[in-house]
Amino acid sequence: MSQGTGREYEQLRISGLHAFYGESHILHGIDLVVNRGELVTLLGRNGAGRSTTLKAIMNMVGRRTGSIMINGEETMSCAPHHIARLGVGYCPEHRGIFSSLNVQENLTLPPVVRSGGMSLEEIYTMFPNLYERRFSQGTKLSGGEQQMLAMARILRTGANMLLLDEITEGLAPVIVEKLGDVLIALKEKGLTIVLVEQNFHFAAPLADRHYVVEHGQIMEEIRADELSAKQSVLNGYLGV
Amino acid sequence: MSMIFGVPVAVLSGQLLIGVINGAFYALLSLGLAVIFGLLKIINFAHGAMYMLGAMVTVIMFDAMGVNYWVALFLAPVLVGVFGMLIEYFLLRRIAGQDHIYSLLLTFGAALMIQGILTNIYGVSGLRYSIPDLFKGGVNLGFMFLPYYRAWVIAVALVVCFGTWFMIEKTKLGAYLRAGTEDAQLMQGFGINVPLLISLTYGFGVMLAAFAGVLAAPIYSVTPVMGSHILIVVFAVVVIGGMGSIGGAIITGVLMGVIEGLTKTFYPPASSAVIFLVMVVVLMFRPAGLFGKEA
Repeated sequence: MSQGTGREYEQLRISGLHAFYGESHILHGIDLVVNRGELVTLLGRNGAGRSTTLKAIMNMVGRRTGSIMINGEETMSCAPHHIARLGVGYCPEHRGIFSSLNVQENLTLPPVVRSGGMSLEEIYTMFPNLYERRFSQGTKLSGGEQQMLAMARILRTGANMLLLDEITEGLAPVIVEKLGDVLIALKEKGLTIVLVEQNFHFAAPLADRHYVVEHGQIMEEIRADELSAKQSVLNGYLGV
Repeated sequence: MSMIFGVPVAVLSGQLLIGVINGAFYALLSLGLAVIFGLLKIINFAHGAMYMLGAMVTVIMFDAMGVNYWVALFLAPVLVGVFGMLIEYFLLRRIAGQDHIYSLLLTFGAALMIQGILTNIYGVSGLRYSIPDLFKGGVNLGFMFLPYYRAWVIAVALVVCFGTWFMIEKTKLGAYLRAGTEDAQLMQGFGINVPLLISLTYGFGVMLAAFAGVLAAPIYSVTPVMGSHILIVVFAVVVIGGMGSIGGAIITGVLMGVIEGLTKTFYPPASSAVIFLVMVVVLMFRPAGLFGKEA
């Protein structure tokens, strides 16, 4: 685990991040830190600002103020395509599978940004369904297969920090379980993962730490070993 | 003399040839419009002006420096393409993401300015440009006379259209274009330099128009207003084929040229209206166009 090794490396540090869509002020000063190899979740209700936080990291929102450091480098003035090249892989909530591309074209579309990414064979071994359907139109896949494709796509690029937005949403339990196995495998490979997740029971056993987001702010930081102690606080925020 | 529906075969095939030639130009121009619309979501009203610039630059370079047809066929599209990229970089980029109407008005205004400046200098009576020596003359096919230059135009237009289709549908660069058409922001999030891709795409679409202009220089009257005449027809072709469909733009272009040629043979008064008639019918039954995806 990343804690207590004495050689923690800050892969992502966000301080005082505000974000706006047109006139609406969505993020009100987000502060968070993610170390290399950690799996951190952003928990919270719909509309709390979790997806916007990921988009803001990618410079995909209208206007931002504050600071976002990736590998110690300030990225507030970086264009989105430069951010990807710092080793960030983004999987959007809507999955973003391209209908005019087949599965294999979708898979090989994102350029390799760092060495050490998975090869096509490794990816097809991890997701055998994608191999069988590699010449199908991307959007003809089932929801679960599309989610696998959206994940697989950023694993090929060698990105070492993954921003995953609601990857289990609307999927059957057996697929969710498979995605959990994939996340464990990626964690073992040493990848850093920021997970926006509605399904707390999916996220709880995987994550090292949780941030609770509400009204565009971080309300609470909970380590995995504090979960049972802070369960009631968490329930209050999530409304479960 | 043999007749078909009361029309001599030579007349019919002559009109068909003109139809296919016009169709080749429609295809080249609507292809560029479709490529630009796909990625930039811009209805490029400057497309006719770019076609005209291709022809004008060819004639001007010949008159001033004796630049021959073959050099112009390469050089004129490159020069006009760079000019288009400058327009994209300095003007269109600033209104990206706004309503379509802004880019439409901007490109329309740019077209009028380019056309106006050249009309002021060269007038509208038409500049002369002769067919390159290699293509002087023609061959008698028995039922009709086929000028070599026209055969060349058809052949090269088909090759360029097919090459463009292949590049977009079958290559990695084309996959970037297709994906960018669907979700440019996500593409950029993957690390692809989308602003550069947009500049290059606009430049490429404009190059296709200028290339058509060079091909047209020896057979059509070269004037600063030649682009505005053809552009309206080309827009009808794009609407019939379906906005943003690459294959559709090519097939519809050639098809409309032929339909126009046939109408000229059998009922000449309707020849300039027939394409718009087809457009009305297509819009009534398939609003997304013959090859367009239903929205």
